[in-house]
Amino acid sequence: MSDKNKKIKCVVWDLDNTLWDGVLIEDGEVTLKDNILNIIEQLDHRGILQSISSKNNYEDAMTKLEEFGIKEYFLYPQISWSSKSQAVKEIISCLNIGANTIAFIDDQNFERDEVKNSIPEVSCFSADEIGDILDNELFIPDFITKDSMRRREMYIADYHRKKVEETYQGPQEDFLASLNMNISIRNARDEDLDRVVELTERTNQLNTTGYTYSYEELKLMQDSDIHKLLIIGLDDKYGTYGKIGIILIDTSNEQWVLELFIMSCRVMSRGIGTILLNYIMDMAQTADKELYAKFIPTNKNKMMQLTYNLAGFKVFEKRDDYILMKNDLTRIQKIPEYVTLVSELHEYEEDGSRRIYG
Amino acid sequence: MNREEISNKLKSFLSKFFGKKNVESLGDDDDFFSLGFVNSLFAMQLITFMETEFDVTIDVAELNMDNFNTLNKIINIIENKTK
Repeated sequence: MSDKNKKIKCVVWDLDNTLWDGVLIEDGEVTLKDNILNIIEQLDHRGILQSISSKNNYEDAMTKLEEFGIKEYFLYPQISWSSKSQAVKEIISCLNIGANTIAFIDDQNFERDEVKNSIPEVSCFSADEIGDILDNELFIPDFITKDSMRRREMYIADYHRKKVEETYQGPQEDFLASLNMNISIRNARDEDLDRVVELTERTNQLNTTGYTYSYEELKLMQDSDIHKLLIIGLDDKYGTYGKIGIILIDTSNEQWVLELFIMSCRVMSRGIGTILLNYIMDMAQTADKELYAKFIPTNKNKMMQLTYNLAGFKVFEKRDDYILMKNDLTRIQKIPEYVTLVSELHEYEEDGSRRIYG
Repeated sequence: MNREEISNKLKSFLSKFFGKKNVESLGDDDDFFSLGFVNSLFAMQLITFMETEFDVTIDVAELNMDNFNTLNKIINIIENKTK
């Protein structure tokens, strides 16, 4: 999929004369625009996040949103007198999503141009176009999964996590331990495939190849003996993150090739990627297979490259359209004590205790 | 900056991850990956720390376990890059 028609993950609303009719600071009384409530609910249901960029008095605007009963729909609302592009950048960094997945809606030409000028990847819409966005392809996710319906909830849980993390003083490991993380790993089932497609299409940063697959292709791989299609779940004391990762291994030719490794950016900086790679390395060693991995560098997936390097994958050879890496399996880190990993893949469990740190 | 100064700065950085006690007893050639689980978040922060503290540029592709796992190796990298 080209960047041009990236699906929208987050809508950033202006308030005055966009979300509501009137200018709060001048009129005091404003009314929600026609049908806006329905649009907000629909977007939320589709798993599209929403935020605000408005030049207003923060307290007044938030009070008004609360009166309308829609305050909880907006994550990281940016209501201040600084520029709109600054606000959008802040939202991008808080949500950790790509600029090309943001839609910015504002009634003023000037504001749209200011944002476009500073962040050209953002799609801008005027207030007149609000009525059409629900039917616009960009706002229609290919799948609406259980996870997408709960996306806002998960981001809110994440917000509370971050707050705690920011105020936390002490070794990283202690903090991670305080989360009580449970990672689950199992073979993908039919009901997971929509979510797998969604993850391949939505994930740019923690993605080793950028390959996308259709439902049918995945179904074939799920049924085939030579592919392992694994699905990763995570929950912690704040709640569940849902299904947050995919691992696809090609086991033909008596060797294992990691075709794809994807993690949702919501779990970034929890150390999960490294834990999973080490688990796969351990599996390969138990099965007595050589372990390779495909990697295609993009301008967004540096973090994944680092994760591979750190897990001991080294460039084996450069092919035309990807880099083949190899792991000699000499350095397998055990699973740290601060997580619980529950695996359905018992054929690779030699001795559970062997892999726990400490 | 001499080796000792670099080493002390590195140690105070590592203490944040592995605890002060563990790092105090760490030898210059000891593998600190053995102190605890090392993840890419740690690696990213280590790179950022090296780049800002010692004004060097580290490419992600350079970083793997075998050339970053002891104090001496990191100090050598910093010294080579600041020459």
